[in-house]
Amino acid sequence: MRVPLDWLREYVAVPPDATGVDVAAALVAVGLEEEGLHGGGVTGPLVVGRVLSLVKEPQKNGKTINWCQVDVGDANGTGEPQGIVCGAHNFVEGDLVPVILPGGVLPTPQGPLEVSARKTYGHVSAGMICSERELGLGDDHDGIIVLSRRFAGDAETLDRCVPGADAIAILGLDRETVEVNVTPDRGYCFSVRGVAREYGHATGALFTDPALALAAAAPAATDDGFPVTLSDDAPIRGRVGCDRYVTRVVRGVDVAAPSPVWLTARLVEAGMRPISLAVDVTNYVMLGLGQPLHAFDLDRLHGAVGVRRARPGETLRTLDDVERTLDPEDLLIVDGRDVPINIAGVMGGESTEIGPTTTNVLIEAAHFDAVSIARSARRHRLPSEASRRFERGVDSALAPAAAQLAVDLLVRFGGGTADAGVTDLGTPATPAPISMPVGFPSRIVGVEYPAERVTGILEQIGCRVRADGDVLTVEPPTWRPDLTTAEDLVEEVARIHGYERIPSVLPTPPGGSGLTHAQRVRRIVGDLLAAQGLSEVWSDPFVGADRLAALGLDVDAETARTVRIANPLSDEEPFMRTSLVATLVEAVRRNVSRGAKDVALFEEGLVTALAGAQQAAPTVDVGLRPADDVLATIRAAVPPQPRHLAMLLAGDRDRAGWWGAGRRAEVADVVELVEAIGQALAVELVVTADAVMPWHPGRCARVSLTDGTTLGHVGELHPKVVAALGLPARTVGGELDLDALTVAADRTVRAATLATFPMAQSDVALVVDRSVPAAAVREALVSGGGELLEAVQLFDVYEGDQVGAGHKSLAYRLTFRSRERTLTTEEVSRLRDGAVAAAGAAHGAVQRA
Amino acid sequence: MSGPNTSYDPVEVAVLDPQAVDAAVADALAAAAAATTLDELKAARGAHQGDRSPLALANREIGALPPSAKAEAGKRVGQARGRVAQAFAARQGELEAERDERILTEEAIDVTLPPGRRPLGRRHPIELMSRRIADLFVGMGWEIAEGPEIEAEWFNFDALNFDVDHPARQMQDTFYVDPPDGGLVLRTHTSPVQARTLLERGVPVYVAAIGRVFRTDELDATHMPAFHQVEGLAVDEGITMAHLKGTLDRLAAELFGEGITTRLRPSYFPFTEPSAEMDLRCFVCRGEDPDCRTCKGTGWIEWGGCGMVNRNVLTACGVDPDRYTGFAFGMGVDRALMFRTGVSDMRDMIEGDVRFDAQFGMEI
Repeated sequence: MRVPLDWLREYVAVPPDATGVDVAAALVAVGLEEEGLHGGGVTGPLVVGRVLSLVKEPQKNGKTINWCQVDVGDANGTGEPQGIVCGAHNFVEGDLVPVILPGGVLPTPQGPLEVSARKTYGHVSAGMICSERELGLGDDHDGIIVLSRRFAGDAETLDRCVPGADAIAILGLDRETVEVNVTPDRGYCFSVRGVAREYGHATGALFTDPALALAAAAPAATDDGFPVTLSDDAPIRGRVGCDRYVTRVVRGVDVAAPSPVWLTARLVEAGMRPISLAVDVTNYVMLGLGQPLHAFDLDRLHGAVGVRRARPGETLRTLDDVERTLDPEDLLIVDGRDVPINIAGVMGGESTEIGPTTTNVLIEAAHFDAVSIARSARRHRLPSEASRRFERGVDSALAPAAAQLAVDLLVRFGGGTADAGVTDLGTPATPAPISMPVGFPSRIVGVEYPAERVTGILEQIGCRVRADGDVLTVEPPTWRPDLTTAEDLVEEVARIHGYERIPSVLPTPPGGSGLTHAQRVRRIVGDLLAAQGLSEVWSDPFVGADRLAALGLDVDAETARTVRIANPLSDEEPFMRTSLVATLVEAVRRNVSRGAKDVALFEEGLVTALAGAQQAAPTVDVGLRPADDVLATIRAAVPPQPRHLAMLLAGDRDRAGWWGAGRRAEVADVVELVEAIGQALAVELVVTADAVMPWHPGRCARVSLTDGTTLGHVGELHPKVVAALGLPARTVGGELDLDALTVAADRTVRAATLATFPMAQSDVALVVDRSVPAAAVREALVSGGGELLEAVQLFDVYEGDQVGAGHKSLAYRLTFRSRERTLTTEEVSRLRDGAVAAAGAAHGAVQRA
Repeated sequence: MSGPNTSYDPVEVAVLDPQAVDAAVADALAAAAAATTLDELKAARGAHQGDRSPLALANREIGALPPSAKAEAGKRVGQARGRVAQAFAARQGELEAERDERILTEEAIDVTLPPGRRPLGRRHPIELMSRRIADLFVGMGWEIAEGPEIEAEWFNFDALNFDVDHPARQMQDTFYVDPPDGGLVLRTHTSPVQARTLLERGVPVYVAAIGRVFRTDELDATHMPAFHQVEGLAVDEGITMAHLKGTLDRLAAELFGEGITTRLRPSYFPFTEPSAEMDLRCFVCRGEDPDCRTCKGTGWIEWGGCGMVNRNVLTACGVDPDRYTGFAFGMGVDRALMFRTGVSDMRDMIEGDVRFDAQFGMEI
């Protein structure tokens, strides 16, 4: 809401020396946050000048400049003409123009600019002749402001335009506008009246409600008012669509008469465009008082208006020239033939619009239901100044006063005559009384408010307060439909007394149990990976079918496991990710495109893992605890979103440098990282060969728990994936279900006694088929080696002539140790043979000679 | 070796002559001193201490002396050999020390050669901020709660007193899950965790929730479609707005330093009543520059919303609003990171460029 300061001063006694900054500071304390200050950016000397002479001087750069002598009266201290260079060509000798003299300050997007005399184009230019944009008056930069043209027809102002006169006042540059953000509970502050009231609350300045005098002046309803019918056969949520409808008629209005300058100036400052007298007047009343009005061409109403809900199939061509199909929930204004003419409180129709031929005007001032208007505005995507106010609640007692102001202005500036007949239908409900213990504000806020202070503040904001012992019965004013609970009143007491007076006190919780196991696991895993050289990325979770296809995934299967965003930022990426790798690849690509060669990234984040069809989640009206079964349905409809861990490594794992060559990241590096995570969490992980996308089928491993639960996969990205996504060749990585790992890690390790007898080692080289995984051989050795086998270390892998084609040799060092005694050579040999025999039985392993 | 020879005159045994012994000692000492390497010393030692050395030969002759002469000759030769051995040992020590010294010098390396085989990775700065915040609350006896990012509309809105027709519900720029009437959204704030926590844990409860939230804002320097909030919820008997202010002041001091100035400003949120915004004194101009671009000249920077938990929220979550009161707040973690570290472009937080992480340590 933009509030012109001079308009504000009309309703509340703002101190004469208060600036926009002061007013904004006062308003923020009562909850109207400053959004901006407009105007007041030009400081003098900005004066009226008369162009005495103007010499056109072509320049080498192709431009032609004007070397002007300008009479600025005595404003320059000498009375001599001021020499000024000007590049604009829309003025001639004799014109009156605004001139800023050295020392004057102009607002610019880069901040204030002080004007000084400067040498340019071979002259000393002592000031500037100004354009609209330079003065912050508008966007026109093509030419300077010619005052004689700007104020043509405004003799009063023209008389003031003499050389040397202060142009700041003449151009209205001393007028300031404060823009405040109005929260949705405070509909009444979408008016100068409401903001003035709050300024009074904030500062104690005297507020004079303009509606009081207008209401007093407004005639009572008569029997011969314009015929109006109110009906609502389908109230929304039990609330009738229109509970008050006031009409006034003004006849013989000259719709072509110009709106007065002061009125259009206020509209412009408040952010609205002047259009015509009738429209300007309705907008002025809305901005000033907060009551949206509508002006109809009386002679096109066919004798009456009615308020009713739309019928299925009805249509209306609205003022924006769109034919709209109406919904049975839409509240309508219909004419005497029952034909829709307005969507009530949202937008007017073309058929009864005020036009050049209009002479008789019907003013509508109504009170429409907030929910009904909100739904219509949303349904038709027609947020208007009127709907914005109705949605947030309009003062239900305001209609007659607002209509009176509109009538007054139309009569005064349009030359019309008001009908004696006045229609005023309906009785709006007044805000319900609220019962509140007088000590309640103190209990909620933690400030001791004396009883009389509580009552005083509530009365100050317009409530009627009745005390019955310690309990107050509070009747909120008609402009505060937002006040419905005792807590609402507490906020009023707290903010008027001042939030800054609330002390700072730390609460004393009973004591918690620290981070959860899962939270600690996440820290450990991430810290471990960072220590291992991987950097953490938090990528956006949106993916498209293209990405899923590029990853070689079954797009239908993947999208069935996730949800689609109905209104995505990009239609290309409407899905929530089902894997972190799907979005992490983008970060790898970006790092590479920015010049990085060796990239190691990880992410811990949520993925979507729907198992089955997506369910609908019911909603329940506010303020109600859903029944247990409803709550269970709501919870169950939220898709499972496990936390995953993903890693991607491209380029070298060990970099090249002065020490020698680098070493490319390979699958073994990822397996090592996974093993390190397992060790850090004391969880045994099993790595077995697998082949799933997006991984290279021969270079992919499944990572699982010893009970067979799959945690995820690691591997080298499939060459097709690498090519499709433009990633570095041989990028490796993996993705694990961190939640499943967390569950597995949630146990306490039992300590074993350390064996202290000497260990005995024995090396064996086993020849197996090339396809036999080393992990399987190891497993066989472990099972065959018995309890005394302490460790199995693979120290060499050989393929070549000595073992024959299609075979490989795996050299293991077996370590045996007993808890009870030193093992003999014979025992060790026997144990080793047992291990080898098991490997032989399971995988045909033959001990190499 | 011959047996005792009684007619043998020791005086006539030349090698046992005192002068000869002294000469042998002098030769030996000179040789030890003259050795400049351990190898030379070893050779000299062989010549002067070995089996064929003059003193060894002299020693051998002692056995043949008559008993009367043995003692004196033995003493003379023994002392001589002792002096020689001592001299060689001393020289050995000197030369070994020299050698050790030389080796250390020769083994010197350039310790300033740059490392870089495997640079350290980093945690994401938002994670570090989140962790700092979590640790503060845990330290105060709170717990850290969590919730899903794809959330039921009921938890995100209705439970929090966002009426379906209230303008506030439209102001949230919500991502809706398809179909739009399916009751699922991407959570627009961490506040649904309030409702989940109250329903699951009951009261009294003191929890903070730190996580990712979504609004339909295009990514630019100051907006992210996915950003991060820290939610706080305390519901207990006797909780007041003063406790809210105390808690937020503590959080602000932890993140921005003890000298930070804060203010509560009246505001509106459906799920709190009374409601407030918490503002921080502008970090750039400290409220002294009307043309400051950071705070737009207001002197204050908006950090987040807060207030006393609305009774409708307590009721929706099965808590008796006449017995319990509570406060809640939701502050921007990304904004806190910007304020604390001067990050000026939010895109850096989400694009995954490792150079962004690498500016920070493992603590922020």
